Amino acid sequence: MTVQAQPLRTYPVLAAQPLPLRRVRQLAAKSLFGLAALVSLVTLLPLGFILWITVQTGGETASALIFRARVGELLVNTALLEALTLPPCIALAVALAWLTERSDVPGARLWSWLTVAPLAVPAFVQSYAWIGVAPGMHGLFAAVFVSVLAYLPFLYLPVAAQLRRLDPAMEDAAASLGLTPWRVFLRVVLPQLRIALCGGSLLIGLHLLAEYGLYAMIRFDTFTTAIVDQFQSSYNGPAANMLAGVLVVSCLGLLGLELLIRGDARYARVGSGAPRPASRRRLGRARWVAMLLPLALSGLALGVPAYALGRWLIAGGSGIWQASELASAFGETLLYAAGGALATTLAAIPMAWLSVRAPGRLQRVLEGCHYYVGALPGVVVALALVTITVRVALPLYQTVATVLLAYGLMFLPRALVGLRAGIAQVPVELERAAIALGRRPVGAILSVTMRLAAPGVAACMALVAMGVTTELTATLMLAPNGTRTLATEFWALTNELDYAAAAPYAALMIALSLPLTALLHAQSRRVAGQ
Amino acid sequence: MTLMPSSLMRAAALALILSGASHAVRAADEGITVYNAQHESLTKAWADGFTKETGIRVTIRKGGDTELANQIVQEGAASPADVFVTENSPAMVLVEKAGLFETLPKDVLAQVPANFQPSSGRWVGVAARSTVFVYDTRKLKEADLPKSLLDLADAKWKGHWAASPSGADFQAIVGALLELKGEKVTAEWLKAMKANSTAYRGNSVAMKAVNAGEVDGAVIYHYYYFGDQAKTGENSSNVRLHYFRNGDPGAFLSTSGAGVLASSKHKEQAEAFVKWMAGKHGQAVLRDGDSFEYAIATGAESNPKLEPIAQLHAPKVEPSKLDSKKVSELMTAAGLL
Repeated sequence: MTVQAQPLRTYPVLAAQPLPLRRVRQLAAKSLFGLAALVSLVTLLPLGFILWITVQTGGETASALIFRARVGELLVNTALLEALTLPPCIALAVALAWLTERSDVPGARLWSWLTVAPLAVPAFVQSYAWIGVAPGMHGLFAAVFVSVLAYLPFLYLPVAAQLRRLDPAMEDAAASLGLTPWRVFLRVVLPQLRIALCGGSLLIGLHLLAEYGLYAMIRFDTFTTAIVDQFQSSYNGPAANMLAGVLVVSCLGLLGLELLIRGDARYARVGSGAPRPASRRRLGRARWVAMLLPLALSGLALGVPAYALGRWLIAGGSGIWQASELASAFGETLLYAAGGALATTLAAIPMAWLSVRAPGRLQRVLEGCHYYVGALPGVVVALALVTITVRVALPLYQTVATVLLAYGLMFLPRALVGLRAGIAQVPVELERAAIALGRRPVGAILSVTMRLAAPGVAACMALVAMGVTTELTATLMLAPNGTRTLATEFWALTNELDYAAAAPYAALMIALSLPLTALLHAQSRRVAGQ
Repeated sequence: MTLMPSSLMRAAALALILSGASHAVRAADEGITVYNAQHESLTKAWADGFTKETGIRVTIRKGGDTELANQIVQEGAASPADVFVTENSPAMVLVEKAGLFETLPKDVLAQVPANFQPSSGRWVGVAARSTVFVYDTRKLKEADLPKSLLDLADAKWKGHWAASPSGADFQAIVGALLELKGEKVTAEWLKAMKANSTAYRGNSVAMKAVNAGEVDGAVIYHYYYFGDQAKTGENSSNVRLHYFRNGDPGAFLSTSGAGVLASSKHKEQAEAFVKWMAGKHGQAVLRDGDSFEYAIATGAESNPKLEPIAQLHAPKVEPSKLDSKKVSELMTAAGLL
């Protein structure tokens, strides 16, 4: 792709001397720092809100609401959920990634697809499907079981990508020193997967804290479900806010834990040349047995939802396809998804550019703000925005703008990751050439850099859109009167136990998410150079 | 923002206009906004009937009783709501105490008997629901059934009954218990409930669990059973209803209310809607529709399948005495919330 050179601006003779180029570039960084700082300030809203509410509630009431048996119960529940869900996810993700990337299991490509596909099934649709198949399912083990099925792709994706990128020379060296294949895997391959394992586990850990629909449906109480319960009994009272405070502390604790475990070892290869692709291990007859693992998992994570949905759709017949209501919910969901993706991406541009072009201490602080806010559950963000808009910024109360702001806060990290990768691939010289030819700095960034980074930008927009499509709690709490999205309608119908009528909404959500999931999968392969 | 290239500006503007468009469309074609905590299908039937007759559009925001009540209190004078409709009285009382309801015209109030409205005339009952104990006929015989709601605190009921404590429905029953028996008895009963009962989210889910044999019985309202029987009966084929009667707290008849907000900019249309709900046509929706809630207006008939109101022997509870804030505190203290 070439960049159209703009015709040189002809300055009037009387105009002042244009600034020296270096100064112009500094100006660009400055204005972007300003913008990024502004976004960071907004990201601090939820945290500031929690602190402010705690102060307002007063120490005595606050501690009475925080240090009570119920909170202890929820803490134990949440800790158990994390402790029992993550290990099987890690083990399964590593096993599946190895099978699909490093072994000659039949149909490795297909299994790789099918392992990622559950991402297109929203977590609460996954539990709705299981409730349909096994109505008595509830409690901790049911929660762990469905969570593993719903969130496994978050670990599988980075682990598989990392495994594909590893230089097999290391493994060869270890083998030549007499290690058995199994020990090579444990001592050479696994340690190199650490970053992917940490990142993926963190993502899942945060999802477990933030998810509402999945656990509400299978009757397992976490902080998020308890906050929604409190919200439904007393709107934004102190009890809900104090629970939100504990939840925020848990999220930040997870972030810290991940930093600790990740460490700062070096993982890049040294030396000249490029790594050759790793050879696939021949499993012989065992490969048919090995195939049972991905087969069983996709059967559980895709087959069961497909069966349950199919059954409800057939049982409901044509009566459940209320065309006008479905269409309007579908349209509204699309609008929110598009608006949310655009707003979030625009908000992430300054920070993404700075992390690539002007790294430094201040930039790292600002970037931290951008990332932490994505770790906050939607219920906390919504609680903060509800109170702030109703008390301070009434014109924004119950408006589309506020909903988009909530989405922006929740999905900022998704946008940032994609944008950074995209911008990093654009040579800085082009940007500078554009400035030298008279473009304004920010204009040059938008018209040259962003245009070249477009594929990456599109991918991260898709990711945000997917998040918005299946977002439930913030949408329920903040949406303007009369709003009906696929997720909220689905939720309302399942609450009335009208599982058949809810099925078309679930099917549409999956249909919307599938292409985005495919894109994600393709992108993770491309990043790894295949 | 002259720094933005025009193409991007255009795209951004377009997206914002698009996402704002649906909102604008709603705002332009005014009508009234109803904060609705009643079952959506019922309020929708009411709203559709009303719109058909008067041409006034109705926009519905859905939520829980106390959630929306607290929301209205927070919104204060800026509330977008014109009418508030609930499933139970405590939420109405909450808004009334905050002084946000307009007194209803006499002709609206005159349609409903005095025991289904507060003496202040700030809101009016539009439907009612009876507390019941729904039980699994395969597990419990008539002789085993609790004589009073208070019996469920006994150790012998441990692990044998369910409810939906997070819902305003159940909280209204606790409100009645508080009003009839006082704080001490209520707090103890709630503590026993935490130990003895299984919590489900929603009355229909609780009934479904009883039907599936997960738990022997549940404290819910009557109409879930009739609604399910009228549909497929798949969630109520093994259960029967037990009415406590004798003025027991467990025979509590909960009043669904409707009121007009003092801050409403469309008071006339809002009052017309409340009048319509409590009037002949609105009450007929209760008799003929699939809600199975009791019609309460003077002379209105309920669905013939229901146990007549007169035979429920409900306790006398002044609807405006139900204190949702206290209930929520007591339940939080008992660890149910």
